[in-house]
Amino acid sequence: MAKVSKAKMSKKVFKKSSEVTVNSTALKPEVVYDDDDDLKGADEEIISEEEDGEDERKRQHLLEAISALGGKRRKALGERSEAAVQMSEFMVNAEDESERVELSDLIQIIEKTSTVPAKTKKQLKNLQRSKTIECPLSKQESERIQRDVAFQKAATDISRWKSIISQNQRAEQLMFPLNQEPSGPKPMERVVTGWKAQTPLEQEIFALLSANKQPINDPILTPIEQASMRAMSLEEAKVRRAELQKARALQSYYEAQARREKKIKSKKFHKVQNKAKRKEFLKQFDEMVKTDPAAALEELNKMEVARMQERMSLKHQNSGKWAKSRAIMAKYNEGARKAMQQQLEVNKHLTQKLVTSLNGDDEEEEEAGDPELLPDFVNDAEQDLDSSNPWMRGRLSEDPTEEEVNSDTVGLTTEQSGGMEYIAEEEEKVEETEDNVILREFDSRRKLRQALETDTAVEMSVDEEEEEESKAAAEDGYASDKEEERLSEFTNLFHEIVEGAGDAGHTDTSTQLEAEVIRIRTLGSVELLTQDNSATDKVHVESQKPLSTENLPSTTQKAGKSRKRKKKIQLKEVLTKETKVMKVLLAPTIEASEELEEKLDQRGLIKEAFAGDDVISEFLKDKRKQEDVGTSKILDLTLPGWGEWGGTGLKPSRSKRRRFRVKNAPPPPRKDQHLPSVIISEKRNSFISLHQVNSLPFPFENHTQFESTIRSPLGRTWNTERTVKKITKPKVVTQLGTIIEPMAQEELVKVKVSAGKNSCVDSLKIKY
Amino acid sequence: MASPGEAATDDSHVGKNKKPPARYWQELPEEGEDENKDEKGGEKPLPQKDQQTQKAKKRKQEEDQRDGKKFVSGKSDPFPGPAPIPKERVQKFKRKDKAKKPRHQHFKLRDMMKRSDEASEMSQKQAARFDLLLPEDAGFLEGDEDEDTCTISQEDIAEAVDITSGAKYFNLKLSQFGPYRVDYSKTGRHLLLGGRRGHVACIDWQSKHLMCEINVMESVNDVKWLHSEAMYAVAQKKWLYIYDSNGIELHCIRKFNDVLRMQFLPYHFLLATASATSFLQYLDVSVGKEVAAFCTKTGRLDVMCQNPHNAIIHLGHPNGTVTLWSPNQKEALVKMLCHQGGVRSVTVDKTGTYMVTSGLDKKLKVYDIRAFKPLKSYFLPAGASCLSLSQRGLLSAATGDVVQVYRDVWSAPVTKPYMAHRVRGSVWGLHFCPFEDVLGVGHGDGFTSMLVPGAGEPNFDGLDANPYRSAKQRQEWEVKALLEKIQPELISLDPTELGYVDRATFEQRHRDRVQALGYDPLAKEKFVPKYKKKGRSSAGAVERRKKQVAHEDQRDEIRKTVEDKMKMEKEIKERAQKKAALSNQKSALDRFKK
Repeated sequence: MAKVSKAKMSKKVFKKSSEVTVNSTALKPEVVYDDDDDLKGADEEIISEEEDGEDERKRQHLLEAISALGGKRRKALGERSEAAVQMSEFMVNAEDESERVELSDLIQIIEKTSTVPAKTKKQLKNLQRSKTIECPLSKQESERIQRDVAFQKAATDISRWKSIISQNQRAEQLMFPLNQEPSGPKPMERVVTGWKAQTPLEQEIFALLSANKQPINDPILTPIEQASMRAMSLEEAKVRRAELQKARALQSYYEAQARREKKIKSKKFHKVQNKAKRKEFLKQFDEMVKTDPAAALEELNKMEVARMQERMSLKHQNSGKWAKSRAIMAKYNEGARKAMQQQLEVNKHLTQKLVTSLNGDDEEEEEAGDPELLPDFVNDAEQDLDSSNPWMRGRLSEDPTEEEVNSDTVGLTTEQSGGMEYIAEEEEKVEETEDNVILREFDSRRKLRQALETDTAVEMSVDEEEEEESKAAAEDGYASDKEEERLSEFTNLFHEIVEGAGDAGHTDTSTQLEAEVIRIRTLGSVELLTQDNSATDKVHVESQKPLSTENLPSTTQKAGKSRKRKKKIQLKEVLTKETKVMKVLLAPTIEASEELEEKLDQRGLIKEAFAGDDVISEFLKDKRKQEDVGTSKILDLTLPGWGEWGGTGLKPSRSKRRRFRVKNAPPPPRKDQHLPSVIISEKRNSFISLHQVNSLPFPFENHTQFESTIRSPLGRTWNTERTVKKITKPKVVTQLGTIIEPMAQEELVKVKVSAGKNSCVDSLKIKY
Repeated sequence: MASPGEAATDDSHVGKNKKPPARYWQELPEEGEDENKDEKGGEKPLPQKDQQTQKAKKRKQEEDQRDGKKFVSGKSDPFPGPAPIPKERVQKFKRKDKAKKPRHQHFKLRDMMKRSDEASEMSQKQAARFDLLLPEDAGFLEGDEDEDTCTISQEDIAEAVDITSGAKYFNLKLSQFGPYRVDYSKTGRHLLLGGRRGHVACIDWQSKHLMCEINVMESVNDVKWLHSEAMYAVAQKKWLYIYDSNGIELHCIRKFNDVLRMQFLPYHFLLATASATSFLQYLDVSVGKEVAAFCTKTGRLDVMCQNPHNAIIHLGHPNGTVTLWSPNQKEALVKMLCHQGGVRSVTVDKTGTYMVTSGLDKKLKVYDIRAFKPLKSYFLPAGASCLSLSQRGLLSAATGDVVQVYRDVWSAPVTKPYMAHRVRGSVWGLHFCPFEDVLGVGHGDGFTSMLVPGAGEPNFDGLDANPYRSAKQRQEWEVKALLEKIQPELISLDPTELGYVDRATFEQRHRDRVQALGYDPLAKEKFVPKYKKKGRSSAGAVERRKKQVAHEDQRDEIRKTVEDKMKMEKEIKERAQKKAALSNQKSALDRFKK
């Protein structure tokens, strides 16, 4: 049996070796089995010898069993019971799993033996130290990485061209070949700078000039100019300008933000913000105390001044209007109570004396200043104060007499929340009976101050709320009264207009108009009818003006009618507008000798006699017709018999008709809406649309942008020759007969250099 | 040009002391400073030598350095920078408002907008600068103290002015052939007279050279020059005829019958005619084709004028309305009720801003034709039968046999005429001569050429209408004008409409297209089942096949709609999820939530 265990162990060893040489693993176990088979015969002989070995094995089993009881059960290895005669010499006999052969074990022996050369020792040591090397990446992966790296390199290389390419793309005009020296005569200054006196005559002249301190080639760049050039190149100036711009923009953003925040009405938000600011300020203050004590002192002084002001003013006390109202509300509303508390707290905080030692020692101040400056009770501990300080709580229990009154008022004000609160209050009252004495004192004092006002105020508040309710729920009572008033006013005005119009002489208007007038009159009350009819034209005009300016919200039928009405009146007015009589110095001779003349004159006379008879009404009819064509008609799609009985004499029900009535959207307002004497055709001119652009071209975002760009004329008829040339210059110009080569690397460098260094030359180029 | 105008200008020139012209190398003269003071738009102040402090000097030097050219020979340019242009003049040539710049723009858009703005500004400035080349000023008549200008007689004026201008006042006594219609050619050189009883004559009126004279032996309703002085149209008793300047009949257009009034649109080469049968017709004279013909259904059309600004035809009607027409719309663009009686005459000013009408109710009304709003209304005791507006905005109105000329009828209320003149017969036709201070009056007793100082535009555009052009120039101009002919489709109330993007919906455009093509190009063709033999094309089978196809189509549609719906729902869901995810994030204000 021991043999078996040995065999097992050998297997283990092999397994260990298999870790190193993967390939051999498949074969080795078989070998082991073979050995086992051989061992079968010689089994018996060995038994006696291995008695003590068996004991050992049993112990091992026991140990294993015990260990298995505890943690995870290890998978039992398959045991081989067969014994083998021969033992393989390759097997290293290790008794147990734990006794593995480590590399260090081997090395230890090597170290002891002196025969092994030092080099191998070192190598072995290295081997021991280093971990197993990972196997190299597969070809594909390594290639991929290489590709990645190469791509990045190329991308950075190419991205250097980006700026110049975009610059060229955006350029208004490109001249190919690029960067060519302009041919033709050079400017004088350039020629002069590159020129030197050579002939004796020239030298003489120059000597003379220099002797008289005349500028030789200075006119181009005087020293001052050069200095200024040096001081700030164009590029630098641009950069600086950009920076300034950015700063300004940032500032404006910040300002806008601040403004926006300032506009926010939420008190809570502001409270939170203020708190945050205070915290921030405190932090800063701490630092300031360390770094700049003088400034800190100043701040402290400011605080002191603020305290003084607070003490002088009645701002955060409960004597203000708001505070009083809150005090009344405090009985019923927790929010109001809290608000009052907070206010009082603010007051307290602001009037608290600052214990500062800043004036004295710096060291002490550092220690004492921090806790003092913390506005702890302002920011937090509201709850704490609630329990400890009854004054701050503001939950005042009322006199029993008042309670009765309040109970019904509470019921009136709000059904749910009010009731809830009431219950809660009652509960709390039971608990806080001790406090009540003090509180009542306070309350009574307050009542003394307020005297009779409280009751009325309560009633008032109730009334107000009622009003609100009524307003919100439905327009009845007061609101409706108001509306009626407004309506009556409106009708008043209206009647004035009507009557004014009537007086103005509307006898010739169409029968339709008259009918309308009558209808309106029937609508009006009797009193209004009895109004004096002596509304003159002037009054009518005056009354009309406010009507037009007023935007009466009620868009009832009447309003619509009146508007139409107004139009007509206007039309009349238009036709009978104040006319200036022109003097005719030479009276025309009325000696109509010609027959034609006479005829025409007669006809004219007739026309004149009946002028304005039907002209206006006809025109109005025409206009009405045109308007009606535009307006959408109601389309009735009801089919009889669907969903109900059909037949002769049966009409589909109203609900059904309503459901199947299709109402088209009203047409856009007509162009002649406000022009009573004009009919403008709303028909589309489809002929011109063939020539118009009907979709927005690429970079434009809206119509106006595009329209503005094509607004100004380009042709010779409207522009001077130079302008035309400049406006219509081509985007790309190539010179005939020159080779256009691709951009070279040097040009890229040149551009970069010129951007930085040669700003002087650049500016010169810009000039010419 | 006209003598009174010239006299006025002469005065101003003579008044100046002659000084040698200032040169830039000289000391700065006083005059230059004065000029600079006048010109508010001056870009840079002129350096004043005596006041130059050290600081100023330095600043100036810096300025110079900025512009390298000014510092050529060590001496500074006394007039640095470009010459200033007065603001009003720049405003006159305004092309467009500056485009608003939204915050986030595509860089291409930004570049484009910037360039367009720059170009327009540059062209505006250049045009304003070149306005200097228009040296002539319009004159006007000025009476002595307590003397009304309208009392000054034509003879007095003719005497006072120079000979050539005086010669422009003349009378042609043509009592035989009845009242005359008048028309001046576009250049103002040639006059066309059409007598009611058939007498047609064209005259080079300045040289008094008679080009041709014919009698068409028919009643003549109206005469009109066509694009050049080589051709003119005569509306005769029945048909419309076209003659050349030698009086040879070129065309008789039978399509245009009973024409009463004519207007010629010079840039469109359109002859618009209004007939007694209430037809408004357009004839393209460059190709001889009728462009449009509308029946206005408003009776006899004997009042007509054109708006020179947008080539819209205005017609006056006996029911007191004035209608506006373009050849592109079968109905009137605008219908305005102007008078309580019939309209007798209509005229529109050169800029297309004002329309003046006179009616049987003896009123003279001025309208702002851009907004269709009445501006002024005058009462003329006798009413005005003929109206005409000059290039400079003088209004002439004929009441019986008296011709009155008014100034500034639209800006200030006018109580009395600027000039008045009595002719021998009742006035039949009025026409201001372009580029001349002359008003042609055709009346029962012939023709009168009146002097009206300040009527004509003093500066002419030599490329557009050159009164002094030679035959060769005229030929060249004709070719160019034909090449630049504007198509009649582009006539609309707003002449800049072409520059707007067509914002019509796809449906509308499709409708237009269908109308233009006569069929619907996008319409799905109807399924026609194939004829099959062996009894498979029985009525039932055909019907079945049809139904099958219809069902297939319907299915497709339904599938499509369902897919769309699904997509929509999915999108909505996604959006909701995103929203939910966003709302889950804690915001700073969450602490206030209870």
